[in-house]
Amino acid sequence: MSRPDLFTRDRNWHPPQYDPGYKSTVLRSPRRNLISLEKGGEGELTGPVFGHQILDELDNDLIRNYATDGDAIGERIVVHGQVLDQNAKPQPGVLLEVWQANAGGRYRHVVDGYVAPLDPNFGGCGRCITDDEGRYFFRTIRPGPYPWRNNGCEWRPAHIHISIFGHAFTQRLVTQLYFEGDPLIPLCPILNTITDPAAVDMLIARLDMENQKVFDSLAYRFDMVLRGQRSTYFENRPQGN
Amino acid sequence: MPVKYLKETPSQTAGPYVHIGMLPAVAGLKVRTQEKPWITGLKGETIVIEGTVYDGDREPVRDAVLEIWQADGKGKFDGGYAGFARAASDLKTGLYRFETVKPGGFTWHDGRMQAPHVTVYIFARGINMHLHTRLYFSDEEKANAEDPVLRMLPSQAARDSLVACVDPAAKEKTYRFDIVLQGERETAFFDV
Ligand SMILES: [Fe+3]
Repeated sequence: MSRPDLFTRDRNWHPPQYDPGYKSTVLRSPRRNLISLEKGGEGELTGPVFGHQILDELDNDLIRNYATDGDAIGERIVVHGQVLDQNAKPQPGVLLEVWQANAGGRYRHVVDGYVAPLDPNFGGCGRCITDDEGRYFFRTIRPGPYPWRNNGCEWRPAHIHISIFGHAFTQRLVTQLYFEGDPLIPLCPILNTITDPAAVDMLIARLDMENQKVFDSLAYRFDMVLRGQRSTYFENRPQGN
Repeated sequence: MPVKYLKETPSQTAGPYVHIGMLPAVAGLKVRTQEKPWITGLKGETIVIEGTVYDGDREPVRDAVLEIWQADGKGKFDGGYAGFARAASDLKTGLYRFETVKPGGFTWHDGRMQAPHVTVYIFARGINMHLHTRLYFSDEEKANAEDPVLRMLPSQAARDSLVACVDPAAKEKTYRFDIVLQGERETAFFDV
């Protein structure tokens, strides 16, 4: 069986585990070095394969998928993009899961006690699988910013949480999408755990007027890049070929 | 000039509301028709894996989500998603629990045999990028001693941190696997 050999993950590009600016990291970040598994084996380089049969019809429509008597309230948007790997190769058949607060910044979650009201027609989660060209889209309402306890009261910029599976389990990624022009972006301690401005920029969805749904929804474009596969020209097999 | 490759999309924490997207029922949302948090349809001996994730103060992390990826009882990966499951730490007690099957061993990339093990990812508020570890089984002593990954660990303490222990008091066959994010008995985490 041929197995991918992935590019090394650039740990300086990703946020460090420990950053006292984001207080929750202080007691939850390992102190010892990560142990390199070098290329990994089948347990790392294979991964779950999800087919369209796991999706319900409205899974990528957050305006309707938990609605009871009307559409969710808020600014209607479509989020779309293409999932590539580091070689710019489209990644078809990968599962995206998204979750977010409602238009007022409140999550439908047992532990969220923020004063903003729940929307009875909004659940806040959705799923989709990329097509043959690695493209995906979902429809939702733009989430509101919300306050949280960190260094006193801080505010999260509007964001959508995204979980994505590649083809190898080690391509797995969980991240957050932010919106172009949000004045809270430079103030966010979580986003600021990332040190390189070019990396932060990759997390900002762009307003995409070309792909608006006229008289209905604005569109935002958000492309994603998963770890890429290295070409291997020589195989080293310590036990001999 | 060096060849340019795209940079990977940077990671961000899954946050405290991770359940909405990954395990909606835990957040109090209705479950979608195709939700499959447990391992089903994988052949092998039925087992339970349970434990607690601890932070640097030895306090249970009550808002973690764990994912496992594993082979079946014969050491084969099924090609679909039968070897995949998720569980959340209990929001009150911090205890997580998987119902799964005991995997068989399979070879490492260099052809050496690996002991039976499960790949484990941990997501939570305060974890900027999910952590990756492995769970081995205490009743596989001989295979563990030969395992190429356990052997590359820097200390016995690091090896011990990856071995789940049979719980003799449990009715079903249960392995206890606590994960320590930081501090004295810190779990060994991997970079692949
Ligand atoms: Fe959030």
